[in-house]
Amino acid sequence: MQVVVSVRRYNPEDRGTPSYWQEYGLEVEENASVLDSLIKIREEVDGSLALRCSCRSAICGSCAMRINGHAKLACNTKLSDVAGEDGKVTVEPAGVMPVVKDLVVDQTMFWDKVRQVSPWLQPEGPEPEAEYLAPNSDMTHLAGVMACIMCGACVSDCTVLEMDENFIGPAALAKAYRFAADPRDAEDRSRLATLSEYSGIWDCTRCFECVEVCPKGVAPMDRIMSLRDRAMERGYDKTYGARHTDAFEESVTHSGRLDELRLPIKTFGFFNLPALMNMAPVGLRALLRGKMPPIFHRSVPGVKKVRQLVKSVKAQQRGE
Amino acid sequence: MKYAFFPGCVSRGGCPELYPATLKVCHRLGFELDELQERGATCTGAGVLQEKNQFLGDVFNARTFAMAEQLGLPLMNICSTCQGVMSQANKRLKDDPDYLAKVNGHLAQEGLEYRGTAQPRHLLWTLIEDVGMEKLKTYVIQPLTNLRVAPFYGCYIVRPTDALEFKLYPEREDSLERVMAALGAQVVDFPGKTRCCGFPILTINEKNSVSMVARHTTDAKDLGADAMVTPCPLCHLNLDGYQPKAMQQSQRDINMPIIHLPQLLGLAMGFSPKEMGLSRHIVSAKRVLSKIRVPA
Repeated sequence: MQVVVSVRRYNPEDRGTPSYWQEYGLEVEENASVLDSLIKIREEVDGSLALRCSCRSAICGSCAMRINGHAKLACNTKLSDVAGEDGKVTVEPAGVMPVVKDLVVDQTMFWDKVRQVSPWLQPEGPEPEAEYLAPNSDMTHLAGVMACIMCGACVSDCTVLEMDENFIGPAALAKAYRFAADPRDAEDRSRLATLSEYSGIWDCTRCFECVEVCPKGVAPMDRIMSLRDRAMERGYDKTYGARHTDAFEESVTHSGRLDELRLPIKTFGFFNLPALMNMAPVGLRALLRGKMPPIFHRSVPGVKKVRQLVKSVKAQQRGE
Repeated sequence: MKYAFFPGCVSRGGCPELYPATLKVCHRLGFELDELQERGATCTGAGVLQEKNQFLGDVFNARTFAMAEQLGLPLMNICSTCQGVMSQANKRLKDDPDYLAKVNGHLAQEGLEYRGTAQPRHLLWTLIEDVGMEKLKTYVIQPLTNLRVAPFYGCYIVRPTDALEFKLYPEREDSLERVMAALGAQVVDFPGKTRCCGFPILTINEKNSVSMVARHTTDAKDLGADAMVTPCPLCHLNLDGYQPKAMQQSQRDINMPIIHLPQLLGLAMGFSPKEMGLSRHIVSAKRVLSKIRVPA
């Protein structure tokens, strides 16, 4: 099949030359991967093309890059799945991380963030004679997250890291979950305390980009949500994120719908004057335009049934 | 067509212009709406309730689905976030019969049972799948010919694609562009259209949230858009309400009007700006009106 691979090129040695698109017309096998086409370009057409790859089997995680604007492993993306009707496919380096050359990015930031979450087991008590054992039933929920191959696709497309490099990010947070949720780990409390701080679990926007692009089904965002739940359960519930979730739950379970006016007030606290004053200009503008939720919040009709339902669900969850 | 209508909390709260605009447009399209929240349907949980208690969120959504089933009507919403949360809940309920039975155990106290047949769909998707673009064009009285509009979807109506059934309905992926083109508008494609508006972290990290507003509105402006259109009222709240802060933070004069999807439909159908509630926006929509030669 005939394809046109449009590659985002960049060479730091060409000082002052910004990145640019270069198109390569190729004849490839029907089942060729994007990586096959890039290797063919490098070996047969243009030896100056830089890319990182190794196993070609979606195991090593080396070839994560943006294909048609989204992070993917080039080795397990078939050209026939991504090439348009005109045979064109675009290939760019992974996002967020600085580009070294062409499709190669500097992953230092990725690895620094993973190290930041202490990605090793920290058990307590005397060392056992053999392995630290855990029942299968306690470990199966970790199988998904342990499938992570550290390719950085989730980091590439994270909407928060794009704005703020201080955010710990999806890959490191998924790794943090892997240990915080391990029954053999004794540091889950301190891990959750640290992760609840600024730039941690509550800074995720829940945008699902990382879930969508992960080639291994790790679903980092789902792990971040689990970390939030665990943090609140362990008493780390004074952050704005936790307070927002609590206030939201209270509103919806009490009246059946969201009380938008009181949600930010309960999140920040009634006496948190700096935070409330910060919101005042936005609120005033909305008020002047008549763009405000009702002052007197109205419950959904038959709200007693909703409250009864909540009661029965929570009773079951408590094991009553 | 008759629909079980789920307007969501924000269309009658923080975006009070959205609900009446939707009713007018739906009436013009011949849609008859049976409003579920007037029957006691609850908030979807917006993904926030699910952080703390996903099962309770799924019970709430299954209850809404069961109400729609009882009415024998297709379920329509007008919020990308409602759409996404409903689709994710529906997937969990349909994929696991034991889970569904557990949820139904709670619904039984109200005499409700969810049988797994509901298909929650945003108004945007019903335009594509029920009305069709050729038919939609026949409702256009005031083509938006000179208007350059940038689409902004809202995360939950584009991800995760498996719960949203994009493989079954591939036209959902560019549904907003299709509708905008049918209304005669010029579509301004820009990379931020499927990114996050920042609303979910507004109370947690305002700086990052406002940076997202600045990035997307500036990108749209730099590409020559006269306005952005969104099917998500939460995106509207952030992109419109926090744009003054974004301008301050980025030191850019942005002033990008953020139009709700039903408002864009309404303008093309010949409704007045007042009927569409455009005067309630924080960023003035006058530029939009002058482009389509409608008096403000």
